[in-house]
Formats: sequence, structure tokens, C-alpha cells
Amino acid sequence: MNGTVGNPGNLFRVIFAIAFLACAGAVSAGQEKRAADGDQVTLQSACGQLPPGGVCLRLDDGKIELLHVQGNVFMIAGAGPNITVQIGDDDVMVVDAGLAEASDHVLSAIRRLTKKHILFIVDTSADRDHTGGNANLSKAGMALPDASQNPSRAGEDFASGAPILAHINVLRRMSEPPGKESPLPSDLWPTDPYESRYWRIYNGEAVYLVHPPNAHTDGDTFVQFRRSDVLSIGDLMTLSSYPVIEAGNGGKIDGLIDALNQIIELLVPKDSEEAGTYVIPGHGRICDRNDVVNYRDMVTIIRGRIQSLIDKGLTLDQVQSAKPTFDYDGVYGSTTGPWTNQMFVEAIYKDLSGNKKQQPAGGGKQ
Amino acid sequence: MLNRFTPRIFGAVLLLCLGLIGSPLFAQTELSGQWGQKLHEDEPERGAGPEIGDYTGLPVNDQARMRADSWDAQKWEMIEHECEPHPADYAPRGPGDMRIWSDLDQFTQQTVAWHTTIRFMLPQRTIYMDGRPHPSENAPHTWQGFSTGEWVGDKLKVTTTHLKEGWTRRNGLPRSDKATLTEFFIRHGDFLTLVTDVEDPVYLEEPLIRTSNWILDLGDRFFANYCLPSIEVPHPDGWVAYHLPGENPWLNEFSSRTGVPAEAARGGAETMYVDYQEKMAKMPAPPKLPAKTGMK
Repeated sequence: MNGTVGNPGNLFRVIFAIAFLACAGAVSAGQEKRAADGDQVTLQSACGQLPPGGVCLRLDDGKIELLHVQGNVFMIAGAGPNITVQIGDDDVMVVDAGLAEASDHVLSAIRRLTKKHILFIVDTSADRDHTGGNANLSKAGMALPDASQNPSRAGEDFASGAPILAHINVLRRMSEPPGKESPLPSDLWPTDPYESRYWRIYNGEAVYLVHPPNAHTDGDTFVQFRRSDVLSIGDLMTLSSYPVIEAGNGGKIDGLIDALNQIIELLVPKDSEEAGTYVIPGHGRICDRNDVVNYRDMVTIIRGRIQSLIDKGLTLDQVQSAKPTFDYDGVYGSTTGPWTNQMFVEAIYKDLSGNKKQQPAGGGKQ
Repeated sequence: MLNRFTPRIFGAVLLLCLGLIGSPLFAQTELSGQWGQKLHEDEPERGAGPEIGDYTGLPVNDQARMRADSWDAQKWEMIEHECEPHPADYAPRGPGDMRIWSDLDQFTQQTVAWHTTIRFMLPQRTIYMDGRPHPSENAPHTWQGFSTGEWVGDKLKVTTTHLKEGWTRRNGLPRSDKATLTEFFIRHGDFLTLVTDVEDPVYLEEPLIRTSNWILDLGDRFFANYCLPSIEVPHPDGWVAYHLPGENPWLNEFSSRTGVPAEAARGGAETMYVDYQEKMAKMPAPPKLPAKTGMK
């Protein structure tokens, strides 16, 4: 055997090193304790030094994680969908509020991260798991001076409360289901809806809110943090399942593919199709362009297969029996729960059966 | 009398303790150096690469076959895929001359990390030796994954998670991002053997275990290898390369050209074992290639 190396080490140096590490741990624990006690020690600086995906805080027995993404953007996982936290010069922007029952933990995580005010909350869609925490986060935030002028919230108390931004269709879906009284309390509704394709805000960096029409729903927003080089895209991409196409809320398969392609255009890998611009999906880990491209490829291929079967005259049952998702089921599929493989196929089938757009020859979405 | 021997007894006990503490360290092997790849194993995997539809000898399942049947080599015309390097589990199979070096803790002189770089696209791996945990499941995945190492005797055992989706074979057989990779770096004098064990709950029926070999090559060096994606064949925005089920014209070519029965060419765990040859001998011969198509 060539080149055997190593030595037993110096016992005293090892003991010294262990003692040093123990002291360092104690100091670190003390710092976290002080932060938890509510003084001005926050985790922003330390967390901001972590590599993408580095965990700087765990709450609720480890179920909720606060991770650094890149620049001034952080992600809270485990509170329903992923929650994006961006820290500006003076204020905090939160993208998606998560489940109502988890919002105390979410607030705790944000407060441990920074003492700055929550000034903006953005809903990427009207889905309840994304909007359930709106009221709690808004109340904990700070109102814009003119928030009380919003006609949709006339007569309400705006002494405090961060504005909730979303596409206008989110407000419509949450406040006025056709022919019914809204099942959702008004303090969950967006306070500051936008109706255009874009909305630009400055919070320590340029922030673009972009509305891709008729994708996951008809009220989707994805958020681009330009200097941090991070996109938060909500349920336009969910690594834990096939994309949820909410036909009843205006979702369409081709709109979803168009949205993914629009997002891909904004992503720049650092090197060898890795890192660079990071993406926070609605559910699942922090992603980069390669992950979004693979997801887009998957959706495009399955759409093409289903269109091909429709063109051959197959019924929905026959298409489902043909298992057009089979090779991806182990990655994204589920046979139980709120969004199964069969439901995904059915949504695409019904969508494509209802329009005359034909699958081009030779595969691929032309 | 007691006082005379006490220091010696203490010294002997100390040496014994140091020996017990140090024994795993003495078993460590120096891996640093420039290693030239030997290509004698699984030669069709190397260089030009495998043929479309050749899944022989791999423990792939039906889901993997469907992915590979749909795969179209025009994928490499998609600008988003052009610059993908080989992932950690496949890179040793490609143009895989390798450089290995280590980071030493200047205080303890212990190796805190190993690094490897492979010739094709120069992907760099770090193998942490300091016992740190693997990242959160919410952390990004990378081509080389996140690796930790430990010495098992004189073999370096490496465990890798957080891999991006990759490939088991370069003809579309996928390896999912849920896979874990376990490796053993084994040095025999000037030879280095790497045993890789890929366990993929999505696309493999059984673990895929392969070996690759290198010989110490101190005169070798790498050159810059940078990939800048560019449009080589124009396609519409959002175009994705794939074949629809039943419409891939190339799937039977390997079987027909080589005489390997079509069923055997589909691979699967049983095709890895010697006993399968008896079963294969009873299979019908594949159809011959049509006169005007196929490889020459």
C-alpha cells in the first residue's frame, strides 16, 4: 500500500479543540436564547452568510425550517407551502402567508430573523394554504399610509396591518364566488390587488410581481427579486406533486407551460446548469433553472402524450388507463390525497378536449 | 518502587490510549494525485456511448424504460440542457481522468475534506470528513450532490445525497433526484478502484453497483473546459425533445443489429446475473433490420 498517512494526533490539542467547540456552542446557544427573548439580536446577518439551503433556525420540533436562499431572500418551509421572506433596507416582504395554524411559528421565525416591519405580503394565488396566514401576518405588519383608501376595505380599521398584494383575480376568487357568499373572512382578502401583467415595487432591491394568465389558476403571481437573483413562483411549480391545474379557478395546461417557459427565460445558471438564479417553488426544495427545465419538460411531454391520445379518439377512461404519467409517477405522483395522478390527467384531458389546439407532429410543444 | 514505575505505567497507558484513538487514522490511505482512467470495463458506456434501446445488464424498472423509450437525442439541441455535466454517479464512467487532493487542518493535520475533479467539464466534488450532517431536504440539489466520507479500514467510504436528476446510461435511462450514492475509493499501489452503489427508489429494481479504475498518472494535466450554451439547431421557444409512446423508430435497432433478444435488451435486475444467459438462449432472435435503415 502506497503512501499511508495520518498520526494519532496530540491528545491535549484535541481536548483543547473540543473545549473550544463546546464554548463556541455555548456562546451560539446564548445568542439564540437572547434572540428568542426578544432583544435586538437577530439572525439575519448570520443566516445571510449561509450557503443556499443552509438552515439557520428550526421551530415546532423541527417541522418548520428557516433557510437562507440567496442575497436578502430566505425561505420558511414546513408551514404549508414555502414562504418567502425578503428583507429590504427598512422593511420586509413576505410571499405567501402559509397555513393559518402555522402563522404564529412563521411570525416567530421572521421576528428571529429581523426586527424590521412587514410591509408587504404577496399572495401567489388564492389557494387557502397560501392565504390562510394573511390576517395574522398583516396584523403584525405595518400599513402603508394610503391603505385605508382601498375601497375594497372601506370602513375597516387600518391602524395597523401590512397590505396584502395579489392579482385582482385572487380578490375576486376569495371575495365573490359566483352566486355565493364568500366563505372566507375579509381579513384574509388581498387589500391591494393589481390588474396589469406586472407590478414593480422597490424594497431594498427591485421586485417584480408578474402575472402569467391562466396557468395554475387565473390569479397567479410570481415574484422576482432582481438583486438577490431569486424567484418565488408559488404553485406554478410543486416538486411534491404534479402541477395542480385548477380549471374551476381559470387554470389551463397551456397557460401553465407558458408560465414555466416565461420563468425559465428569467433564470441564469451560474455554471454548468447549476446555481445562479434560485427558485422557490410552491412546495419542495429550493430549485435552480435545471429543476424548472426538467419540470417544464415533464409537463410538456405528458401534455403531448394526452393530446396524442385525444387525437386518436380515446375517452377519458381510456386515456387514464394508458397511464400517460407512468414514468414520472415515482417522482411527482400520488394515488391518494388532494391531487392524484388521475386528477392531473383528467384536468389536462378536459382542458385539451375543450380546445382545438393540435399537438404538432414530431413531438414537443411547438 | 511505586514512584519509579508510575511514570512508565502512565506512559504505557497513554500510548495504549493513543494507539486506540489513532488506529483508524493509521489505516487511512493517501489518495491525492492525478489518476488516468482505464476504460476496459463496460467499454460501450465510454467514448461514443451506448446505443438507443440498449438497457441490458441494468436493474431498471418499467418506469425507467418508459422514460428512456421517450428520450430523444435532440435533447442536446435544447439550449437549457447543452451544458449539463455528468453527475457524481456517472462522471467516473465518462472521460474520467481524475485529480484528487485534500484539505488538511493546519492545527491537527487531519484531513477535513477530499476533493475530486474529472476531466469532462471539470466538475469538482467535495467530500467532507469532519462529520457534518447532510443538508436539509429543502436545500438545493447539485450535479455532484453533498458528500461525506469516513474510513472503513483503508477504504474511503463516501455517502452522497442531494443529487440532481441524472442518468444511469447515456441513452435516456434516468436516475432520479431521490437516489443516494455510496462509494468506496480503494487504492492498490498505483491503481485506484472506485466502487459505486446507486440506490434509486424511483427507477431501479435493485442497487446498481459498478466499478471503475484508474492508474496513477503524475504527468497528466487538465485544460480549461468551459461550456457556453448556444443555439446549434433552431427550435421554437419552449420546444421539448421527446418521442411519443410507440413512435420511437430507433428502439429495436440495437437488438436487431447485435442479435441480443429484444426482451433481454429491455434490461431489468435479472439481466445482471449469469443465470439469465440460460433464459436468454431460449428467447426468439430479434427481427433483422429493414434493408434501407439502421446503422452500417
